Amino acid sequence: MFSFCTDPSILDDWFWTACYLTTGVHMSFYMSFLKVLMLLAVTAPVALAFGFGGAMMARARFAPLSWVGKGYIALVRGVPDIAFFLFFVIALDQGIEYLRHKVLCSDWDMPVRQGNDFVVCQAAKMPLGNAAQWVHETYGFSLAVFTFAIVFGAFAANVLFGAMRAVPRAQLETAEAYGMSHRQTFWRVLVPQMWVYALPGLSNLWMVLIKATPLLFLLGVEDIVYWARELGGTKTPRFTDYPHPDWRMWYFLALLVFYLLFTRISEIALDRLMKRLTRGQATTGGEAQRRAGA
Amino acid sequence: MSCLQTIQDYGLRSLGIGERLLPRENFTLCEQFTLIGSGMLWNIYFGVIALLTGFFFATALGVGKASANPWFRKPAEWFIFIFRGSPLFIQFFFGYFLFLSLKSEYAFFAPFTAAWLGALIVLFLNTAAYSGEIFYGALQSIPKGDVEAADAYGLSGWSRFRRVIWPTSLRLAWPAYTNEAIFLFHATTLVFFSGFPAWQQRGDALYYASYFADKTFNPFVPYPILAGYFILLTLCIIGVFGLINSRLNRHLPQAQRRKIRLRPNLIR
Repeated sequence: MFSFCTDPSILDDWFWTACYLTTGVHMSFYMSFLKVLMLLAVTAPVALAFGFGGAMMARARFAPLSWVGKGYIALVRGVPDIAFFLFFVIALDQGIEYLRHKVLCSDWDMPVRQGNDFVVCQAAKMPLGNAAQWVHETYGFSLAVFTFAIVFGAFAANVLFGAMRAVPRAQLETAEAYGMSHRQTFWRVLVPQMWVYALPGLSNLWMVLIKATPLLFLLGVEDIVYWARELGGTKTPRFTDYPHPDWRMWYFLALLVFYLLFTRISEIALDRLMKRLTRGQATTGGEAQRRAGA
Repeated sequence: MSCLQTIQDYGLRSLGIGERLLPRENFTLCEQFTLIGSGMLWNIYFGVIALLTGFFFATALGVGKASANPWFRKPAEWFIFIFRGSPLFIQFFFGYFLFLSLKSEYAFFAPFTAAWLGALIVLFLNTAAYSGEIFYGALQSIPKGDVEAADAYGLSGWSRFRRVIWPTSLRLAWPAYTNEAIFLFHATTLVFFSGFPAWQQRGDALYYASYFADKTFNPFVPYPILAGYFILLTLCIIGVFGLINSRLNRHLPQAQRRKIRLRPNLIR
């Protein structure tokens, strides 16, 4: 990157390091950090939406709907999460291809599962065999996002379900006494108040979500774990201008520090948010704030 | 080949006993059940040993973090922060590569690069940090009256800790600790997906489950089997920890006993 990087073998340590850390592959490594942040930015709202839907379903007065909601929550939480990640990525992929196969190739007469193979017609392949590289990558990434959203949606549903029940009953009764319908009570009274009860659970979930991001590696996305393994491995002078022994340990140390910093910053930010949300609430926290201000 | 034969061949495959080659095609349900079950031995091994050894370290960490002396408090706080603030997955990778570079310097570290010891150490440290935080929280919430009563009886120092503080904190921490235990067992599935190699295809339950899923390209059989095994394991853990819980609370009237609520909802 720098002008003095033309012949790394004669540089002294500092310049060598500067050149080494700005090679093209290292830039891809830094981009993969952005990928992780993007995953978080996309997944968190989607998972929250899933969770909201799940909690609403679990609360439903129509029994089968509430069973579906409760079943969704219970199922995802009982099993090791990583098994879910590995399962959903294949299952979603096959599900999409199967549906496309049914729609696009209705005259196909062979079974889809033939022994150990999953066969669909060419037009149903997802993404299409001749698609560009970025389509494949985006497709893989969105599958990963969707998988994360399903798993974390269940956790969020559980938290929100608990929070909705934690809103004092008197508040809802007051709303009913004012003549609000069930729907109005839900949207105007219950939902605005539940967040303060949900926040401790949700912030815990956010921490967990941060720590789950390296699992992207298992889903086949070229994330930070992938690059750390690639870049850290022993490099011989034959293949690169920057030969070095096995440095994977240091790369993973860097990842460790990255996650620690990220967790710490989130902790501080969530703490502030909690302070903001408790303002004016009928809880011990809100009461303490009121007293301190008065 | 009958199912009994399969169990004989593959029942202890994860330990290297029995048939050397894994089945390659025409997988029967029996083979999948047997191999995944055989892999569960590793999950149980990692979970049980890490939990037993981690318990003592966690107690020390909890007491250290609650201590007024900064020489004890600061290291305990940092240790807990480092292991709780970073993903277990990265810790496994880091541990493996750390042991790998140590091994190239000193031959003593050779067994540490194998999963049975290296991953166990990482799990031990990790569970100690998580349980240490739980025990710390419990130490903070011991009823003031209990401690005052101990003082009134003239107990102090070690005997006060041994007879009043520690049992009470265990009682308070137990429901949360049960969840931690369940969760630790779930976390053991990560071992062979991080750096640690499965030597001669001796892996844990998830290793075999993903082996089958890769070979058959059908995730709908092996993963539900794995899930079933884990639900069974979870029920066993709840049973054992429930027994210990009722033993801890045996002096209390039935109605006051704290029930264990199942809340395993975290990824490390």
